[in-house]
Amino acid sequence: MARFNALPILSVSLLALTLGAGAALASGQIVIGLQQEPTTLDPTADATASIDGMLTHNVFESLTTVDESGAVLPALATGWTVSDDGLTYTFTLASGVTFHDGTTFDSADVVFSFDRAMADDSVNPSKGIFAPIASVTAPDAATVQITLSKKDAFFLFNMAQGDASIVAPESADTNTTKPVGTGPFRYDAWTRGDRLILVRNPDYRDAGDVSLGRVEFRFIADAAAATAAMMAGEIDAFPGFPAPELLTQFQADPRFNVVVGSTEGEVILAMNNAKPPFDNIEVRRAVSTAIDRDALIDGAMYGQAVPIGSFYPPHGPAYVDLTGVYPHDADKARAMFDAEGLTGTTMTLRVPPFPYAMRSGEIIQAQLADAGIDARLENVEWGFWLDEVYKKKNYDMTVIAHTSPNDLGNFARGPDYFYGYSDAEYDALWTRIREEADPEVRTALLQDAQRYLTDQAVHGFLFQLPRLGVYRAGVEGFWQSSPVLFQPLKDVSVN
Amino acid sequence: MGLFILRRTLGFVLTLLAVSVVVFAVMNVLPGDPALTILGLDATDDALAALRAELGLDRPVLMRYFAWVRDALGGDFGMSHSFRVPVAGLIGERLPMTVSLAVAGMVLTVCLALSLGIGAAANHGRPGDWGVMFISQLGIAVPAFWLAILLVLLFAVKLRWLPPGGFAGWSDPVAAIRSLVLPTIALALVQSAVLARVTRSSALEVMRLDYVRTARATGLPRHRVLWRHVLPNALVPIVTIVGMQFAALVTGTIVIENVFYLPGLGRLIFQSIANRDLPTVQALVMLFAAIVVTANFIVDLLYVWIDPRLKARA
Repeated sequence: MARFNALPILSVSLLALTLGAGAALASGQIVIGLQQEPTTLDPTADATASIDGMLTHNVFESLTTVDESGAVLPALATGWTVSDDGLTYTFTLASGVTFHDGTTFDSADVVFSFDRAMADDSVNPSKGIFAPIASVTAPDAATVQITLSKKDAFFLFNMAQGDASIVAPESADTNTTKPVGTGPFRYDAWTRGDRLILVRNPDYRDAGDVSLGRVEFRFIADAAAATAAMMAGEIDAFPGFPAPELLTQFQADPRFNVVVGSTEGEVILAMNNAKPPFDNIEVRRAVSTAIDRDALIDGAMYGQAVPIGSFYPPHGPAYVDLTGVYPHDADKARAMFDAEGLTGTTMTLRVPPFPYAMRSGEIIQAQLADAGIDARLENVEWGFWLDEVYKKKNYDMTVIAHTSPNDLGNFARGPDYFYGYSDAEYDALWTRIREEADPEVRTALLQDAQRYLTDQAVHGFLFQLPRLGVYRAGVEGFWQSSPVLFQPLKDVSVN
Repeated sequence: MGLFILRRTLGFVLTLLAVSVVVFAVMNVLPGDPALTILGLDATDDALAALRAELGLDRPVLMRYFAWVRDALGGDFGMSHSFRVPVAGLIGERLPMTVSLAVAGMVLTVCLALSLGIGAAANHGRPGDWGVMFISQLGIAVPAFWLAILLVLLFAVKLRWLPPGGFAGWSDPVAAIRSLVLPTIALALVQSAVLARVTRSSALEVMRLDYVRTARATGLPRHRVLWRHVLPNALVPIVTIVGMQFAALVTGTIVIENVFYLPGLGRLIFQSIANRDLPTVQALVMLFAAIVVTANFIVDLLYVWIDPRLKARA
């Protein structure tokens, strides 16, 4: 009797819109996926890593730059000389350079940029790298002289970073939303939360060497969504792919290249050295003995990470392998905890909301349980972590990656830093490293520092955060490993 | 009626005021420091202090609250701490996407639910009815985000008919609509499952009434009886659920925006809370509260329109 009489209301067919989807990209254009969305576009005023990832040495340039190995190369400064006392740097600037808004670049812009970064009201996220600078002067339009108050072996490397980008007085205040630099790419458009577009700068001094005409960054926070976007052909490159567990399907697919490299991110099990029981070196050594790095890397990173035994990246020139100093031995660790009267005690392990940290936290909790320690795992939100763990030092243990290069100095930041670690001997060692001009001597000192920290078992040193890149076949020129937060796109091409 | 509207308007204002106090208090009690979130782990103390001063965070909490109320009354919702642009503009650029998605989701939900619900009621006890009941049960059980992933895998990855996500704005309307098709379906299917069941049972109840039998006895075609006589009288519970669902739909967009990486208000509020961006959170929560209160108000007005008996009482 009754017919299904309801369909007229559905007569609008949305599916008519499904024709002609999924356009592949032409050569000279690339779509790059990023997990982290930027909040502003000024690398000199915001630490968000994706700002550097997109803009540093693409839109903005600094006096120097670095290559994939971390070696310092000329950028806006075509060359430099260092005085015999190692305190005065004289930079010769590139000529004929203009900012993207047409204003000319000269030494006054460099002086302005440094004054701005060092001013009392500066909000530069790495203001510390400018601390050794005593004065910045411009003897003429093509020369800049920077005098340091103390020697700094990392000075030229630090000046390559996005924090030291050279900006123009005309555009510095609007760089947060409309970045103006001197680099090979020019800012074109930004839809917050969705995409950012750069186009080639035809006035760039080496414009002929730049293969890409247009670069589109797409922001995809969710790992499953990122996978779908790659698989659907929407994205050509995902240089910081967020999910190691999803890599196998790309590895099995001939349309993609998977490149596993390293970052500057040392992942540590930080212990609050200022507070019992971790003010006791024996307890810290017991924790290091309780940790099974291989099981941790298998479980938390699906095997895609290199273990570390100290606080220095394995790809770095001064690396020493110290992963064997505290071999994993649950029984021995239990005995060590027992000797300190700690067996059966409870401590907190507060981990921030990053997959590597949350997964590592769970495995470390289990490994500590095997050694008789009851670690209470607390997954906390990032804002909470920054305030409670980092600022107020209200924690026993935490898992965190330190992604800055040359950050052995963290251990010389004194008792107020969240490590709660203070050691005059190490401070003196770090000062020597900073002031040593001879690369060979410095390498030896860096190795001493690694050994010292391992001996002190300041933290549990876990693994180096990998750089997982997924690229469409034909995409060339991305760095495998990254010694810095930026990725120059000048040499990237799509075939 | 005049008194009714006055009462509701007063309630609206008081609700928003209460929401603003709660958000301000919660955001200030919550551990977190916007300056630290922006400048990161290498920031020096003086850079953090400079940024706090720039953001106005060095002033006492109460003073900041009253300044905010004063500015908000003048239509100025302040500057976003993390994005460093006016909050109103920030919300304005994301509103079209979220509103398009919520409205399209609502329309599809209502169309699907009424069709399936009335259809099932008309086929009561037959395979058509069982089918609708089975599918809607499935729809209630399936989480929206999972359905969304399945839709992406089928229509974007396998068939490549539609984009897997993203939304570049309405400047290219075809691209915009294509971007919204899958999110709308993911959002609507789950919601319409609930509504279809309510529609069915409400319709079944009305269909048993004498006047429906009379209408049929006059020889009216069956679909006319259903749409003209059964549906209007079955509408009160349906409208109640739709009103509740609209609020759920607005919040449901948060999950859907994540799966389809859409730059909407849901993502924005999520991010702003993480960044401790108080002005943005404040304005967004107020906006969501206003939407929910307005939706309830419209539902109340609809009751009066659907059921003329209520007009006398109001």
